Amino acid sequence: MSSTTAEHGHEGHGHDAGHGHHAEPNFFHKYLWSTDHKMIGMQYMFTGLLMAIIGGFAVYVFRMQLAFPGMSVPGWGRVTATDYNALVTTHGSVMIFWVAMPVLIAALGNYLIPLMIGCDDMVFPRLNRLSYQIFLISVLVLIASFYAQGGGFGGAWTAYPPLSAKAEYNLTTHGATLWLLAVALEFAAFLLGGINFVTTVMNSRAPGMKMFDVPIVVWMIIIASILFMASVGPLIAGAVMLMFDQTLGTGFFDPNKGGDPVLWQHLFWFFGHPEVYVVLLPAMGITAEEITTFSRKKLFAYKTVLYTAVGTGALSFFVWAHHQFIAGIDPRMANIFSVTTLLISIPVAEMCFVYIATLFGGSIRLQTPMLWALAFIAEFLIGGVTGIFLGASGADIYFHDTYFVLAHFHYTFFPIAFIATFSALTYWFPKMFGRYMNETWGKVHFWGTIIPFNFIFIPLFLLGARGDHRRIYDYTHFPDLMKPGMQDLRVLATLSLVTLLAFQLVFVVNFFFSMFKGAKAENNPWKANTLEWQAPSPPPHGNFPDGLPNVYRGPYEFSHPDRQEDYWPQNAQS
Amino acid sequence: MSMQRPIATTRSATGISTGKLAVWWLIASEIVIFGGVLGSYIMHRIGHPEWASHAEHTNTWLGALNTIVLLTSSLFAVLAHNAAEMGDGKKAAKFLWYTVGGALMFLVVKSFEWTHEIQTGLTITSHTFWSFYYVAAGIHGLHVIVGALIMGIIAMDAAKGKDLQRVEAVGLYWHFVDIVWIFLFPLLYIGK
Amino acid sequence: MISKYVESASSFAGQIDFLILLVTAITGFWWLLAEVIFFYFIVKYNAKDGVKAQYIAGESPKEKRWVAIPHYATLIFDVTIVFFAVQTWQEVKQTMPQADATVRIIAQQWAWTFVHPGPDGKLDTADDIRLVDELHVEKDKTYHFELQSRDVLHSFSVPVFRLKQDIIPGRTIRGWFKPTMSGGFDIQCTEICGIGHGLMPARIIVHTPEDFAAWQLSQTPATASLTTPTEQTGGMK
Repeated sequence: MSSTTAEHGHEGHGHDAGHGHHAEPNFFHKYLWSTDHKMIGMQYMFTGLLMAIIGGFAVYVFRMQLAFPGMSVPGWGRVTATDYNALVTTHGSVMIFWVAMPVLIAALGNYLIPLMIGCDDMVFPRLNRLSYQIFLISVLVLIASFYAQGGGFGGAWTAYPPLSAKAEYNLTTHGATLWLLAVALEFAAFLLGGINFVTTVMNSRAPGMKMFDVPIVVWMIIIASILFMASVGPLIAGAVMLMFDQTLGTGFFDPNKGGDPVLWQHLFWFFGHPEVYVVLLPAMGITAEEITTFSRKKLFAYKTVLYTAVGTGALSFFVWAHHQFIAGIDPRMANIFSVTTLLISIPVAEMCFVYIATLFGGSIRLQTPMLWALAFIAEFLIGGVTGIFLGASGADIYFHDTYFVLAHFHYTFFPIAFIATFSALTYWFPKMFGRYMNETWGKVHFWGTIIPFNFIFIPLFLLGARGDHRRIYDYTHFPDLMKPGMQDLRVLATLSLVTLLAFQLVFVVNFFFSMFKGAKAENNPWKANTLEWQAPSPPPHGNFPDGLPNVYRGPYEFSHPDRQEDYWPQNAQS
Repeated sequence: MSMQRPIATTRSATGISTGKLAVWWLIASEIVIFGGVLGSYIMHRIGHPEWASHAEHTNTWLGALNTIVLLTSSLFAVLAHNAAEMGDGKKAAKFLWYTVGGALMFLVVKSFEWTHEIQTGLTITSHTFWSFYYVAAGIHGLHVIVGALIMGIIAMDAAKGKDLQRVEAVGLYWHFVDIVWIFLFPLLYIGK
Repeated sequence: MISKYVESASSFAGQIDFLILLVTAITGFWWLLAEVIFFYFIVKYNAKDGVKAQYIAGESPKEKRWVAIPHYATLIFDVTIVFFAVQTWQEVKQTMPQADATVRIIAQQWAWTFVHPGPDGKLDTADDIRLVDELHVEKDKTYHFELQSRDVLHSFSVPVFRLKQDIIPGRTIRGWFKPTMSGGFDIQCTEICGIGHGLMPARIIVHTPEDFAAWQLSQTPATASLTTPTEQTGGMK
C-alpha cells in the first residue's frame, strides 16, 4: 500500500489541506491538554529546563560543602552527611532522567520529527499526550520523595542494593520507594513516546523521502528510541524486584535470603550503558544539523554516520560490565569487557572524524548555534579519550569511583545535556517562536558557560588522579587528600561552577525576552534545506498550511555546483 | 474535545498499518522486560539447585489448565481477526468477548491457585523462589488484565463496525501474552 | 606521573602507573592532533565573501580514506592499550602469589575491622589482633586479604597501592598486595554505603621488619609492657 493512496483515507477532511477549519482551542486545550506534537514538545522542554534548575541547585549546594566544609551554604544552611547523599543522588538522577532525556529526545523529537519528515503530527497524538502526562506524574513523584519522612533517597542514582533495598541501611524508607517509582514512571513515559516516534518515522515520511533523505537528527532520535526500548526492560524487571525488596521484604538482592546484590548491578548497567548512547546520539544528530547549515556543506559520508550510529548502538549492549570491573564479578569477564569497551571507541571516534571532515572546504559562519555545535565536538573529544583510561581494566582498578570517572562522564554528559541543548535551542528558537534570540547575549552566554565548564572539570580530573573518591562529603577526614593544593583545586572547581550557574541567567533572560520581544524571524532564517524550515515560523496546527510537502532530494544539498543559491530545500521542485 | 485523526496516522511507507507497527514495537519492548525477569530467575535457579524443593509445590495441573485456557482464548482472538478481515464487526466483537472470557477464567483459576498457596504459607516473602514465582506470574497477570480491558473496549467499537483494524492489533498483543505464559509454565511448573 | 603526587607503594603500582602513562601518551597525542586539525579548519574555512563551500559527499573511496585511516589507527592503538591493560589486570586480579600472611578485612556501616593473624601467622587463632580502622602490615611481604561486609556493599581501596576491590555481603572476596614502601597511608571506602560513607577513613601502616615485630609484640597482652611503641604505631585516625 503506497503512501499516496493513504492520503485519501483521511476522514472527512479531504486531502492535504491544513486543519485551519477547527475552532481556535481555549487556553486549557491549547496549552495544557493539547495533542499537538509541537505543544507536547514544548511541555517536555520547559519541564526539563525547570528540572535543570533543581539539578543545578543540588550541585551548587554540595560543591559548596566540598569547597568550604562545614560552612552554612547560602540558600540551604549546613550540609549534613544525609543531605549530601540525597543531593548527589538528586543531581545525578535529575540530570539524566529529567533533563537530558526529556529535552534531547522528547522535546526535540516531538517538535522536530513530524516537521522534518513532512507530516502534520505524530501518528498517535493522544498517546503522545498521555506520555507527557505520565512523565509529569514522575516529576511530581520525585519531588514528593524529597518531602517524605526521612528525606529524599540518598543511595546514588545507581541505587545499588542492599543499601537501596532496606530502609534500615538507607534510612529513607519512603524516599527510596518514591524515587524508584518516579524512575519507573519516567521509563514508562519514554517507552510509550518511543513507540510513537519509531512508528511515525517508519510510516509517515513525505512522499519521495527515501531512507537516506531523512535528516540525520531524526535517525539518531529513532536509533536512540530503539536502543532505549531494547535496553530498559531488564531494569524495569529489576526495579519491580527492588521495589518488592523495599516494601514487602522479599530477598531478590539480599544475600541473607538467597538473593544477589550484583544481579541488580547487571540489570542496571545492561540498561545504563546503552542509555548513555541513547542521549549521545540525538546530541550528535543535532550537532550534524548545525555543522552542515553553518558551514554550507553536505554532511560528509552520511551513510557512514548512519551505519556507525547503528553499530555504536549495537555494540553498546556488550560493554556494560566495565562499570563493574572491581565489583566482585569473575575477573576473567573483565578482560572481555575491556576489549569490547575499547572497541566501541572506534565508531564513536569515527563520528567525530566525520564531523571534522564536514568542516573541510566549508564556508563557516560562527553564529551562536554553530559556536555551541563546535564546542560540543571539542569538549566531547576530551570525554571520549578519557574514557579509554577507564575501559582499560588495569587502569580502572585505580580510577574506579574516583573523580576521574566523574570528570570523564561530565566531559561527555555536559556536552550532551547542555551544549547540544543550547545549540538546539538557539538554532530552532526562530522556528518555535517566530523571533530571533539576541546574538550578542547568546555569545556572552556561550563563553560564560564554556570557559567555567573547563575550570570545573579539569581540576576534578587532577583530584581524581590524586585519590579523591566519589560521594565523600568531607575530605578533611583523609590526611592523604588534604595535601597542599588539593583543597585549592576543590575551591576552584566550585567557584567555576557558581560562575557557570550565574551565566545561565543570561540565557534565561535572552530566551524569555526574545520570545516576546525578539526581532521577527522569517520561515528560513538560516537558509537550511530540511522541511521544518519550509513551514511558517511558528508552524500552525497541521504544520504545512499550503499542503504537506513532497521531497525531491537529500537534506544537505548545500553549495551544489549547479546552483546559484548555496542551499536547496528538500521540497523545492527545481 | 475530539481530535481529528492526523494524515500522519494514515500514511504507510512500510506497507504495514501504523497500529500494527506500534503493537510490534510494544511487544518488542515487553519481550525485553519479561526477558529480564525470566533471565534473572534462570540465573538464580542455576546458582541454587536446592530451590527445586520449593518448585515442587507449584500446582502443575492448574498451570496446565491455565495454559489450555490461554491457548483457547488465543484461538478466539484469531477467529475475531478473521471476522474483522471480512468486515463482520458483530462477529469479531463476539469472538473478542470470548477471548476476554478466557482471560477471566485464567484469572479465576490463578486466584484459587494463589489463595491456596498463600494459605499454606507459600507467600512472596517465604522464600526467594516464591518471590520470583509471584513477581513473574504477577507481571504476566497484570498484562492479562490490561489486555482484557483494552480488548473489551475494542470489542465494543467493533460491534458498531468501528475501527475493525484494531481487532488484529489487539489479537497480536494477546498472542504475545500467551507466548509469555508458554515460557512461564515450564519454568515455574515443570522445571522442578 | 601519578607517583609524583601519590606514592607508588606496592609491587604492582608501577605497572598500573605505566599503563596510565601509556594511555596518556597515546590518547593525548591523538586528541591533540584532532583538536588542532579541528581548530585549523574552523579558521581556514571561515566564510569569505564570494567564496562558495565545496560540495563533498564523502562517499567515494578517495574521500572516505580521510576518515578510514584515523579509524584504523584508533584500532591499532586500542589493541596496544588492551594488551597492556589485560596484562596488568591479570597480574593484580587473576593471580594469587604465595602469601606470607593473610589479613581479614571486615567492613560495616561505618567502620573497618582488621583482623591480623598475630605471631602464629594463622587467622582464627587465639593470638589474632583485631583493630578498628587500622591495618598493620610489613614491607616487602606478600599479603592475601579476605574482604567481608556485615551489611551493605563497601569497597576496600588503598590509593598508594593502586588497589581497589568492592566488598559484597554474603561472600568473602580475596585478593593480594605486597607493600614496597613504609609509612602511613589512607584507606578509603569507595562504594557508597550510606550516610557515613565519607566518615569511615582508615589507615594502613606499613612497617619495616623490625618495627613490625615490635608492633606485633605490643599488641600481645603478655609482652605489651616490654615494648615501646614507635612513631608509626601511635594510633592514627
